Amino acid sequence: MTNSQHTTDMKRRTFLASASGLTFSLALGGTGLLGQAAQANESEFKVNAWITIGTDDIITLVVPVAEMGQGTLTALPLILAEELDADWAKVKSEFAPPNPKVYGNPHPLLNGGQASLASVAVAGYFKPLRILGAQARLVLVQAVASKWNVPANELTTDQGYVIHAKSKQRISYGEVAKFATLPAELPKISDGDLKKPEQFKLIGRTDIGRTDVKSKTNGTAQFGIDVNVPDMVYATILEAPMEGAKAENVNNDEAMAIPGISRIIPLPFGVAVIGDSVHATRLARNVLKQKVTWNTTGAIAATFDSEKAKKEYADKGIDPNAKTMETFKRGDSNTAMVNAKQTLEATYWTEHCYHAQLEPMNCIARIGADGQSAEIWTGSQFAFLGTVAASGILKTTPDKIKVHQQLLGGGYGRRIAPDTIAQAVVLANITKQTVKLLLTREDDMAAARPRPMTHHVMRAGLDDAGNLIGWRHRLVAENVDAIASPPRFQATGGKDYIGWNGLDLPHYNIANATAEAVREIRGMRVHAFRGIGAGHNKFAVECFLDEVAQAKKIDPLTLRLQLTQHDARANSVLQEVAKMSDWKRKRNGRGLGIAFSDYHGSLSAGVVEVSLNRQTGKIKVHQMWLAVDPGLAIQPTNVLAQLEGAAVFGLSVALLEELTIKNGAVVQSNFHDYPVLRMSDMPEIHTKIVKSDAPPTGMGEVGVLPVAPAIANAIFQLTGKRLRSLPMSPERVKKALA
Amino acid sequence: MGDLDPTYPQKGARMSSMSLNVNGKTTQINKSPETPLLWVIRDELKLTGTKFGCGMAQCGACTVHVDGKPTRSCVTPVSAVVDKKITTIEGLSSTGEHKLQKAWIAEQVPQCGYCQSGQIMQAAALLDKKKNPSREEIVAHMDGNICRCGTYQRIIKAIQRAAKEA
Repeated sequence: MTNSQHTTDMKRRTFLASASGLTFSLALGGTGLLGQAAQANESEFKVNAWITIGTDDIITLVVPVAEMGQGTLTALPLILAEELDADWAKVKSEFAPPNPKVYGNPHPLLNGGQASLASVAVAGYFKPLRILGAQARLVLVQAVASKWNVPANELTTDQGYVIHAKSKQRISYGEVAKFATLPAELPKISDGDLKKPEQFKLIGRTDIGRTDVKSKTNGTAQFGIDVNVPDMVYATILEAPMEGAKAENVNNDEAMAIPGISRIIPLPFGVAVIGDSVHATRLARNVLKQKVTWNTTGAIAATFDSEKAKKEYADKGIDPNAKTMETFKRGDSNTAMVNAKQTLEATYWTEHCYHAQLEPMNCIARIGADGQSAEIWTGSQFAFLGTVAASGILKTTPDKIKVHQQLLGGGYGRRIAPDTIAQAVVLANITKQTVKLLLTREDDMAAARPRPMTHHVMRAGLDDAGNLIGWRHRLVAENVDAIASPPRFQATGGKDYIGWNGLDLPHYNIANATAEAVREIRGMRVHAFRGIGAGHNKFAVECFLDEVAQAKKIDPLTLRLQLTQHDARANSVLQEVAKMSDWKRKRNGRGLGIAFSDYHGSLSAGVVEVSLNRQTGKIKVHQMWLAVDPGLAIQPTNVLAQLEGAAVFGLSVALLEELTIKNGAVVQSNFHDYPVLRMSDMPEIHTKIVKSDAPPTGMGEVGVLPVAPAIANAIFQLTGKRLRSLPMSPERVKKALA
Repeated sequence: MGDLDPTYPQKGARMSSMSLNVNGKTTQINKSPETPLLWVIRDELKLTGTKFGCGMAQCGACTVHVDGKPTRSCVTPVSAVVDKKITTIEGLSSTGEHKLQKAWIAEQVPQCGYCQSGQIMQAAALLDKKKNPSREEIVAHMDGNICRCGTYQRIIKAIQRAAKEA
């Protein structure tokens, strides 16, 4: 299989016109997550192909989500091709245009919205794509049955052929496409018509690699930053240091004197520089940095200092009168805590984190001659939201914005927000030129959409027999949905789907448990970050559970096995990782720690082996074992790669990453002061898939989650001291050990 | 950190005509001498396999070879590489089948893939001077190249595989 659209050497290949083949269309999506904005212009959305079977036997499958490294560009076509019984070597893929009505994800989290986030692509599209593949296959079979005048049930299919064994005839799908016609309604498919796992020919194969890998080894993979269109000018933006800050007293003279600079434009979100080269715009941006003062009147964040706010967050954590929202409740934890023989309490902390996607934010925009339409070239996790933003600027409708989706040089949640698309459209609209906007790393960091800073107050109650009878978790943080998903925030009366993720304990048998959240409003542009809310919440949950084990004087693994006794899948994942790591074996001079996590149906457990330099405070992670149950593994090799990569991301966040905020502005500016994990800090990582009959669920986040708590728990085993704050930087470790 | 280009300020810097040898081809370019090689490669020569990540030699995404040495093109003035042999990812192998490229596919290294041109160029320079590097030597040599997707373990395996096949 090949991808035709996103490599520079192949992009001139034409997309098969539906006239030269058979095109299967279907409106899959719905009205969720901004889908309603599309509905008004339904008649304009004509392109709704999912499968095109060319008369040349090439089958083109449309991929409704972005490719940012997660592998759905391969996994989703593979699911379709499986039920279709296509020849994988002849399958091509194309990115779908943003059109949630047709390409929306039915997963409950997106409710028909078309976006690439939260690891729900495979989970949400699995069933509908299988049905669509089976329907397309049946249409081909029925066409051959009537052509050959044989009963359809005597026909079979295999690798792109319809076969009649009795008469020893076979015909390729491309040949069938020459005479087949689409029925008015696609045939009905029931669950029983779909393949059983033992019939899979493509799903679960370890010898089928990702289709984008080769182009990513020879320089031909095309990312947003690589696009060149005729007659474009270059732009960069000295980004406002916080939401609502406005540039004033912009002294242009020196910057305008730089050869190649044509315009400097102060805007509500920063100061834009237009020029004839990236280099010129970067030089001018650097000059301007010293020549602009920012008016922060009206910027909520202007008074925010992340260090000073810690005390205020902590006070809210214990204030009985703080305004709280219950995020989940089981039983009666208040009564349980009153009745408890022994109670435990501890507080946990995590810092703002920056996505650090290696491709800085960029976008090309060109406004149509009518001034009410635009073309956009970018890699976006939520291109449809980009069209909504762009159409608002141009006072038009989202369908008038054409998006040329590119590969994403990392997403991790950063490329959900449409800020860069909007900025490029504003610049193209002002200059009436085609604008290629590229942020410097420094501005990418200044305009960070970070994971929120969080404070956690954890309480647990044990009865006479030492049973864990009560659990209370109070989260103090800014509300991510309020910033990242205002419509949903409004609709749910202030819930934070993103930030609260991971507070519930669906796999632990704790009879009385409650989580509640206190909302902070600090003006930070907090956003979804790989791991979602579970990234910070599971740190508190899994570390505190270790404290419970300590109080009960039992092994932390034993406690988790007890709490998951009723839950075979969770229990198996824990047992597997214990086996992989030889959990019971003590290591000289090293500590072992364990943690478990769920994420939207996927389960993971991790064990780490650490040592500590007590002089420097530096933690060294030597070994990391991870077991995962992702339901059915569509592409096992990629499942393991995602698990591994997510664990490294989790390790980086656990040990190194911290954005500090002073007067509302991000203090750090590049990788020298915001280090991310490098090869020299790599442990050996051992991964394993625990087999499961469950339907497939996501792999982007679940590997991040056990890493930080497992490390903190390992340090406890090694030193008897608890690390309750992320990142576990040398400075903090030394303080905790003192 | 205000200065992101060490060459600034170069107000009124003159354009100058220079001859560059990239991937075995000689091209005349007309740029101000302090222009970083990265932008010449990407925007003048349209060789976009070499990436921009940080602009200050912190991430390695822009790594190319200059006379065989791995070089961060984002901080290398173009005037410094005139008369030298520059190789980018596009020129590493005429067929795209350098032993490292094959190993990268065999180990399924890339995820988002953005850093991988730089990773491969950095690794190629190691194998050029050292046939069978130890794990420690690989790590020391590759430590300046960031992979945010966390593919480091597979990068190590791919380099070891390529070294074995050499």
